[in-house]
Formats: sequence, structure tokens, C-alpha cells
Amino acid sequence: MLRYVALKVGRALFVVWAAFTLTFVLLFVLPANPVDLLFDPAEINAVPPEVRERVAENYGFNEPVLLQYLDRLGHALTGDFGNSVQSGRPVTAAILDVLPSTLILAAGALVLALVIAFVIALVATSTRHDWVRNLVEALPSTSVSVPVFLSGILILQIFSFQLGWFPAFGDEGWRSLVLPLVTLAIPVSGPIAQLLVRSFAKEFHSGYVTTSWAKGATRGAIVIGDVFRNASLPALTIAGVTFGNLIAGSVITETVFARKGIGRMTQTAINTLDLPLVQGIVVLVAASFALINLVVDLTYPVLDPRLRATLAAPTAKAASGGAR
Amino acid sequence: MTVELETLAPPAAARPAFAPSLAGRAAELVRQPMLVLSWLVVAVVIGWAVVPDLFTSYGPYDGDTTASFAPPSLEHWFGTDRLGRDLFARSVYGARTTLIATLLAVVIAFGIGTVVGLVAGFAGGIVDTAVMRVVDVFLAIPSLLLAMVVVSVLGYSTQNIALAVGISSIASFARVMRAEVLSVVTQDYVKAAYGLGVGRLGVMLRHVVPNSLNSVVALAALEVGTAVLAVASLGFLGYGAPPPQPEWGLLVAEGRDFVAVHPWTSILPGVALAIVVIATHRISASFRKDRRR
Repeated sequence: MLRYVALKVGRALFVVWAAFTLTFVLLFVLPANPVDLLFDPAEINAVPPEVRERVAENYGFNEPVLLQYLDRLGHALTGDFGNSVQSGRPVTAAILDVLPSTLILAAGALVLALVIAFVIALVATSTRHDWVRNLVEALPSTSVSVPVFLSGILILQIFSFQLGWFPAFGDEGWRSLVLPLVTLAIPVSGPIAQLLVRSFAKEFHSGYVTTSWAKGATRGAIVIGDVFRNASLPALTIAGVTFGNLIAGSVITETVFARKGIGRMTQTAINTLDLPLVQGIVVLVAASFALINLVVDLTYPVLDPRLRATLAAPTAKAASGGAR
Repeated sequence: MTVELETLAPPAAARPAFAPSLAGRAAELVRQPMLVLSWLVVAVVIGWAVVPDLFTSYGPYDGDTTASFAPPSLEHWFGTDRLGRDLFARSVYGARTTLIATLLAVVIAFGIGTVVGLVAGFAGGIVDTAVMRVVDVFLAIPSLLLAMVVVSVLGYSTQNIALAVGISSIASFARVMRAEVLSVVTQDYVKAAYGLGVGRLGVMLRHVVPNSLNSVVALAALEVGTAVLAVASLGFLGYGAPPPQPEWGLLVAEGRDFVAVHPWTSILPGVALAIVVIATHRISASFRKDRRR
């Protein structure tokens, strides 16, 4: 068990380090002249050579790559990713500034997505009508097929411009949060719903359900009492996918609704080639992803006794280590 | 690192022992009108990309400022934009830009991902561990974010979007291919081939590759829809072809400023895009069902 924990923690740390290294190579090594990236392309020729020299000096681009790398890594370990090129503020402070609004949006959207996914799975499992089931089961794949920018614009058009129920832009109060929340929840709910529909259907045909039928339980009692509990756990396994969807979705959602947040900041940072900020965001995202997967990996055996049993057996431990 | 995600690959043993007859397939198609419709949508869109002038008499750049913001009508199916350009024509011509980028992205992801997964799964040991840890890192960065970073390094253009989307999807192909290879190498026929004295390279090319590709192909089908979305999303964010080029994501972005008053400018090209993605997902789902039987 201890070896399992150590292995998972080690992998999580490795992912964060490697994400840092990967972005360092992509952003600071691969471009032929990283100094050029720091200037507006339209003005690049107007920049006097001594200014470029000074900027290169400032960023340490004149040092050997390995030294630059170690320097940046050393600072990053203390949470210092340098200063944002655009605002001149420390990257960490700039990120922490907008993080709360994205967290609120993402958390709200996740809750809504879970509700949607469970409703879809419950309806698909409990209905006796094939056409209802087919209709409901088609929803998740549709929800991942509609581009987020389109659903955002549609929702904006209907509920803000036509009906006037909610404000279109800005981030004051809960009313301006509703539309972005719904927009983001739609694509996030899709994969969760697909997984739940499958796992509900599987549990619904398992032995203990037959036993409940035999004992005279009603359909509703079985779905809620037996299936719901046992079939919900697998949703944890796609926590990583869900997180990725939330991040990608928030980039688009925040752009469509002109909300401040990590997503919109990413887009601005990329547009202005604010390399330190881009690196900070990518490392933050990779670290969050690693942390979420670590938590899932460590809590799953606690929640599912069957997994605990396999982990205790030495052969299974070796197998699970090798399989990933 | 990651808990087993939704695998596209059922165990090799679940594969059908015989292929359903052609007549059986045809009968099944009739029972699935949505699938037929999906194929039709894809065929039409490929038509748009290959011979756009067959589908519209307008050019994508022909503006008529006296007819700006005309609502959808028989004459202009999708209406016109600010410059009086026919939005249906721009969507039709945009299919080429978006689809070529998508195809390129899928080919890159499929080609590199398959080779990486094959090498990792077949070589095993330290090579496998090293490759899979790198794959973990790529999976830890959401593909849209990774694609944005890559595009920022390469520069803005549709080709670079294709490259970026392709690179950001390599990891998932590598993972699926590796899992498949690992299950194939334990099969009896592989052991038998070794017993007959076939070399490692021979076994890999003759037995492992053909028998592992199945689920990677299913993933590629799924990836087409995902890649169209990714390409259009990056186009929407403004990392692709510069205006006035027609590209689906850019078309939606261009109409966005006028959507309050002239809703069709953004919504109709966007809906066309959504229908195409829904169709490709429907088709890829049917591939997976085929394999499950």
C-alpha cells in the first residue's frame, strides 16, 4: 500500500516537473530568437538593437540554455515564474488574481454537469420506453459535438438578447454567472453522462439487482437504492478528462462572455506572447491535473473495497504498476 | 498516474469471429436512418471541400455592400454578412480550409501516436516506461491549451493549427495503441509465430500491427469530430487563417459582434459546423458498435 502511494505521488511530481520542462523547451528554447517573441511583430523592426540586447540580458537569454533552465526551475520551485511581460507583475500574483472567478465558474459548472449527467443516466435506466431511452442517450454525444462557442452564442442570443433574463457580459453578481455556467456545463456533462449511462446499465443487470427483484422491490427502489450507489463511483475515473474539459471550456466561455479568469488570461497571454505567464498557467494546469488524479488514485481504493483487496495482493500490485 | 480512462478498446477476445454479411449490413443501415443521414452529411461536406462551386454560385469573397446583413432567404440561404458576402458560400468554401486542417491533424496524431504506442508496447521495459511517462505529461495538459501553446510558438496559420491539434492528440493515440499491442503480444498466434522462427520485426509487422490497429482506427474516427472542433475553436480564438479567408471557426467569430441584431451571421455557420461534428460522432459510434458485436 505504501509503495502504491509513493509511486502515485512520484508520478504526480514528475508530471509537474516535466510540464515545466516541456514548456521551457517549447517557449524559450525552440523559437530561433525568443527575444523577438517578446515584441509586437508589427514593431519588431523599429526596436533598436541595444534595447533588444538589454531585454535579452534581462531575461537571461544570453546565458547558456542549461543555466537559464536551472535558474528558472530554481525560481519556479519557490513559486516564482518571473514577471508577466505585459503587466510587469509577478506571474503568480497575476494568476492568483483571476483564479477565484474561474474556480467559481468551474465549480458551478461541474455541479450542474453532474446533475445533468445523473438525470440522464437515471432516466435512461428507469424508463420502460425504448424511444425515451434512445432520445436521452443521444444527448451526451450531442452535447460534446456542439462547439462551446456556438452554444455560448446561442444561449447569449436567446436568454440575454431576446428574453433579457440575464446580462450578456461582465462579471457582477450571480445573474451574470448563470449563462456562462450553463454554457460550460453542457460539454462537461457529456462524457460523464456517457460513462454513467453505461455503468448504470451494467449494474442494472447484475446479480444483486435480480435478488432485489426477487424480493419484490419496485423499479424505482432498485434504481435509487441499488444501482445509483454502486454505479456512481466510476465517474471518478474520468475526473482528469472532466478537468481538461473544464479548462478548455472556460477558455472559450470566458472569451464569449468577456469574463475575467484563467481561460481569458491564457488567451491574452498567448496573443501577446507573454511567455512567463503562459508557462505559469500551463504548469498550474498540469499541477492541478496531477493533483486531481492523485486524489482520485488514492481515494478510489478507500471507496471501493474490491480495489483495496487487489492492491494488497503483491502480484496484482506489480501488474497494476506495469500496466500504466 | 491516471486511473484507467474510458477505453475504446474492448479485449481482443470480444472481437467478432466472422464479419456480418453485406446484405445484413445493408438491412441494418435501413433500420438506422440517423446513421444514413450522418453519412449523407459527411458526403455533402466533403463535396463542399472538393468542388465548392457546384454547391453555390457565389464566391466566398464577393461582397455586395448594398445587400449587407440580408437575412436568410432563398437567394442567400445563410443570409449575408457586414460586407454583403453570402454566408452560405463562405461556409461552403470554409469547409476546405477546416477539413484539410482536420485531416492533417488526424494523420499526424494517428501516424506518430501509433508508432510511439507500438514501440512502447512492443519493446516493453525501460523504453515503455520512459515513453509512457512522457505520454502522461502530454495527457496532463488539456489539448486545447497545448495546441494554443504550440500555435503561439509556430505562428498563426491554419497549417500550424493543424499541426498543433495533431501534436496535442498524439498521446491518446499512443496510449490506445500501446494497450492494444500489449494485449495482442500475449495471443497464441504471436507465440506460435515466434515458435516458427519468425524474427521480432517480422512478428511486429505481420501480426502485431494489423491486429492492433483496429481500435486505433476507431479512435481516429472519433478524433475527426474532435479535431474539427479543436480546429474551429482555435480559428474562433483567432489563431488560424487571417480574415477574409473563410474558415468555420473564424466565420462564427466574425459574426459574433453582430449577433445581437443579426443572429444568423454567427449562428448559421456555427450550426452547420455542429451538424457535421454530430454526424462524424454518430458514424464513429457505429464503428465501435460494429466491433463490440
